[in-house]
Amino acid sequence: MEGSWTRLALRAWAALILLFLFIPILLIFFYAFNTSNIESWPIPGLTTKWFNSTWNDPDVRAALLLSVQAGLTATAVALVLGSCAAFAIHRASFFGRDVVSLLFVLPLALPGIITGIALNSFFSFGGVTLSIWTIIVGHATFCMVVVYNNVLARLRRTQGSLIEAAMDLGANGFQVFRDITLPLISTALVAGAMLAFALSFDEVIVTTFTAGSQRTLPIWIFGQIRHGVLLPEVNVVVSFVILVTIIPVVIAARLTGGGGAARVPAAR
Amino acid sequence: MSSEAVGRPRPKGGGAVPFRSLLWRLPWLRPLLLLTPPMAWFVVVYLASLVLLLITAFWSIDPFTTQIVRVWNTDNFRIILTDPTYRTIIGRTAGLAALVTVTDVVLAFPLAYYMAKVASRRVQSLLFAAVLLPLWASYLARAYAWILILNHSGVLNWSLQSIGLPAANIGYTNAAMWLVFSYIWLPFMIIPTYAALERVPDSLLEAAADLGARPWRTTLDVVLPLALPGVVAGSIFTFSLTLGDYITPVLVGGAGSQFIGNVVYSNVGIANNVPFAAALATVPVVIMAVYLLIAQRLGAFEAL
Repeated sequence: MEGSWTRLALRAWAALILLFLFIPILLIFFYAFNTSNIESWPIPGLTTKWFNSTWNDPDVRAALLLSVQAGLTATAVALVLGSCAAFAIHRASFFGRDVVSLLFVLPLALPGIITGIALNSFFSFGGVTLSIWTIIVGHATFCMVVVYNNVLARLRRTQGSLIEAAMDLGANGFQVFRDITLPLISTALVAGAMLAFALSFDEVIVTTFTAGSQRTLPIWIFGQIRHGVLLPEVNVVVSFVILVTIIPVVIAARLTGGGGAARVPAAR
Repeated sequence: MSSEAVGRPRPKGGGAVPFRSLLWRLPWLRPLLLLTPPMAWFVVVYLASLVLLLITAFWSIDPFTTQIVRVWNTDNFRIILTDPTYRTIIGRTAGLAALVTVTDVVLAFPLAYYMAKVASRRVQSLLFAAVLLPLWASYLARAYAWILILNHSGVLNWSLQSIGLPAANIGYTNAAMWLVFSYIWLPFMIIPTYAALERVPDSLLEAAADLGARPWRTTLDVVLPLALPGVVAGSIFTFSLTLGDYITPVLVGGAGSQFIGNVVYSNVGIANNVPFAAALATVPVVIMAVYLLIAQRLGAFEAL
């Protein structure tokens, strides 16, 4: 019903927005190969020397290690607790169910700074020294929500009749879980785990309040950008972080038909 | 298989069997057992933290020792409400959040409309993926990209100069914050708007056309009201995320670009006045609560 001019204008608009969304991201990849250590455009030439120096920077390595350790542990905790919550909420109808499901969305709905400062004062009130474990506690809290959302969405779409059939045929609870439920939700679990890891690997706001003097990779990046030092290495690390966060999301989207990645609204 | 089991005595250590029948007899037991660990985590860690934060907001610190004095008072809130410095900062934060939201609506709506109503199925799903990807590409990376673009010898000035325009030095200003926030949160506006528009049946648009409505009249009277819940849902994200942010103001903002989040952060870190930070942190929560209440009236929650 739109005129051809309207269609053309809409198409042009869509193209412009896509350029607006992608040019800045692609630009960082260019700068990662910049021969100069001054960040100006156009870049004078291409080199891979910064990849070498970044890889050999002990600070970057330590930060990467901490990020991976915190991310994997937080994801593991989130996987267990998040799926427990999803199963409970899916199966049962009990008093206060809506309150519980609202509660599980809070860490994503409230601004990250609230979660961060709340956990910070909780730890200092309880006399807990900030360590990798406090980072993990913070990350697991919002990662749990991602797993919960993914598993719950999958459970709602699977048919209870399969489970009932298995039970009728004499399978016990463990067999039903191992042979029916787990295969049905496995891709949702993998997708949830990947999104959770991507979220944790990139998190900076909650982390600044729970890390103390430790540096995860995003905290390292934030510090370098703020003080304007080692920017060539920042370009390399940032390019790497983009890839590490995007690749799991692409896989997760494939496993869940796009729903999973779209269902995580606030990225913190 | 079952005949084998019949007549055999119950397996020893059969704690599992009574337990299973217990689960069977008490149907609420299983969800309770499943829900206990995550709920315990949430209540002990998260809710306790939030409650503690709220209580801390009513405490104060000893100005000499910077120790927290656990005496109930509302001084922090009085300072926030009366000191013009904080009123300016709150106004700047909320104002920019509103401006970013409006900008994102304007940028997102035509694209969402194109995705939902004009593009072919294939283009539609490609665009959907293309909008989602930047959302997941590191937040810091996307803010940092704009430092590279906006700096004095960056891409923006190079492009302007190559087409004969004067250089624009908007790096490290409120304008830069506006641009960067609008960029970072744009996908959050596109997705719910698109979802709402996709649910508008084509037959309605055809009916409007059959009844003689011009395209712009159809857009104004049919499409916009039906898409409104989606737009409001998107605005919850763009508004709330800007309101609680403190990274972008540090990275691309200038001297007069402090946000609520920055003051909160410096009060936790440098000034070590956690009670004041806690009180100030309640401000975005209160603003968001009011906003959500309005959004609920507009039916945004069905569109989330």
